Amino acid sequence: MDEARISRRGLGPRLWLAGGWLVLALLAAIFAPLVAPQDPLAQDLMLERLPPFWLDGAEPGYWLGTDSLGRDLLSRLIFGGRIAFIVAFAAATSACLLGSALGLIAGYFGGWADRIISRVVDIWMAFPPVLFAILLVAVLGTGLSSVILAIAIIDWTRFCRVIRAEAMSQARMDYVESARIAGYGRIGIMLREVLPNVLPSVVALLSLEMGIAVIVEAILSFVNLSISTDDPTWGSIIAEGRLSIHQAWWVLVFPLITLILTVLSFSQFGEALKARFDPVLR
Amino acid sequence: MEPCLDIRRLSAVLPNGQRVLRSVSLAVQPGEVRALVGESGAGKTMIGKAVLGVLPKSVRVVEGDMLVEGEDLGHLDAKARRTLIGARTALIPQDPLTALNPSRRIGAQMTDRLVRILGWSGERADTRIRQLLDEVQIRDPERVLKSYPHELSGGMRQRVLIAAAFAAEPRLIVADEPTTALDVTVQKQILRLIAQLQRDHGTAILFVTHDLGVVAKISQKVSVLYAGKVVEEAETARLFAAPQHPYTRALIAATPRYTDPYASLKPVDESVLAGLAAEIAAADKDWRPGHG
Repeated sequence: MDEARISRRGLGPRLWLAGGWLVLALLAAIFAPLVAPQDPLAQDLMLERLPPFWLDGAEPGYWLGTDSLGRDLLSRLIFGGRIAFIVAFAAATSACLLGSALGLIAGYFGGWADRIISRVVDIWMAFPPVLFAILLVAVLGTGLSSVILAIAIIDWTRFCRVIRAEAMSQARMDYVESARIAGYGRIGIMLREVLPNVLPSVVALLSLEMGIAVIVEAILSFVNLSISTDDPTWGSIIAEGRLSIHQAWWVLVFPLITLILTVLSFSQFGEALKARFDPVLR
Repeated sequence: MEPCLDIRRLSAVLPNGQRVLRSVSLAVQPGEVRALVGESGAGKTMIGKAVLGVLPKSVRVVEGDMLVEGEDLGHLDAKARRTLIGARTALIPQDPLTALNPSRRIGAQMTDRLVRILGWSGERADTRIRQLLDEVQIRDPERVLKSYPHELSGGMRQRVLIAAAFAAEPRLIVADEPTTALDVTVQKQILRLIAQLQRDHGTAILFVTHDLGVVAKISQKVSVLYAGKVVEEAETARLFAAPQHPYTRALIAATPRYTDPYASLKPVDESVLAGLAAEIAAADKDWRPGHG
């Protein structure tokens, strides 16, 4: 009991910091047109490579400076967040649903179902994920929906593996056997008895996967394979920033910080949520 | 009188052909407690699992019949067998730690079965559960019903499981070493509770244990199992007074006694084990599935 309480108290700041950043970034992304100080696409060569506000030569209204085409960096980051979050939620949720469902079936039913699903997972994981993503987007064509689809197609295996292992260990528990004896059907037991016990892991993984989706999207943008090149995304900003790193370091550094904070927050938030969901730790 | 559980010449094998049950026959009369005693690996839990239809996938029943209140389980399709087992039998499991779903409240777990499987109204199930919790001497049912399993002690969880087992008035309960995972003082209380509820409800119990002390306290009849074979079966009092089989005698002699706590433990004698091995070999020699 005491142990549980200590760990819960320890989770407090982590949950708040991670959740706080995510809420802030999400709100900014949702209300981007209202929040962004400038038009993210407006170019002004008179204002190119303005430094962030605390350095000499900064212009008011351009808080984080501008890139080599004179576009406001903060506004671009805020608008880029829209795509990052859409991809994070849509891709991670799809991967989660597909992977968890297959993992639950493989882990609980075992036998043939497990053998088939596990072999498919093994084969899937033999592909290097980033190359696989690039290949998929190249085949599917660029655009938001193909990016989401590509991430879901690649990353469902993460869920499948973990949930399979968890479902397997739960399926061996006596309470599952008792439910069998009482006369519950197999699918009923899977959904009513096993699923609630693997849910904390599903939640933690889902949040982690959102972070991963953000990274993958950034990578695809970086190699120019994501959304159309006009819309700012964190990956494409980083790609541009790389070219002018010696003249304007901020164009590379700020999107990187944003990306790292977001990914880190997703994973920390997931861990904290898992602890909240778990009745033994609650 | 028709036995509540009748097992006839039940044999089961592992995938490598090794027999784990060797033509086991035993009957449990209505309202009777039949102890099934043997060392670990003797197959006593396996018999309970076979009756309840939850044998591990690797174990295959190759011959024999199991009748619950005269109905041959082998003649029923899977669904009918589930329904019969669900309605007329229950299990008191060995380990109260893993026998309750950790993510559901006790109350929901207990009533769920009555409502979903047996079609009781929620109100009736709730009343029944409270009545049973009272019978297993749980003083604060409100708190217990709202608790998650990890919030209760092992003894409390085992009480909950006993209450759950008796809730639907099964004709037969398989008690699979229900006191083994508990500490000694709690064991005694739990044993007394099971005996009390068994008498009050007139339920037949197949009581699996390795503890002869428990056998003496709770059962009317005993089957002694060795390597999946029933080597002796008798009324409990008679078994202790005049054990027939050398193995039974050795087991009784090996039981530690409170009256002589400093006596060294007596292992089962080599000659007894050799005799058993010969007996098993003889039983296996001319055994063929289906012709045994």
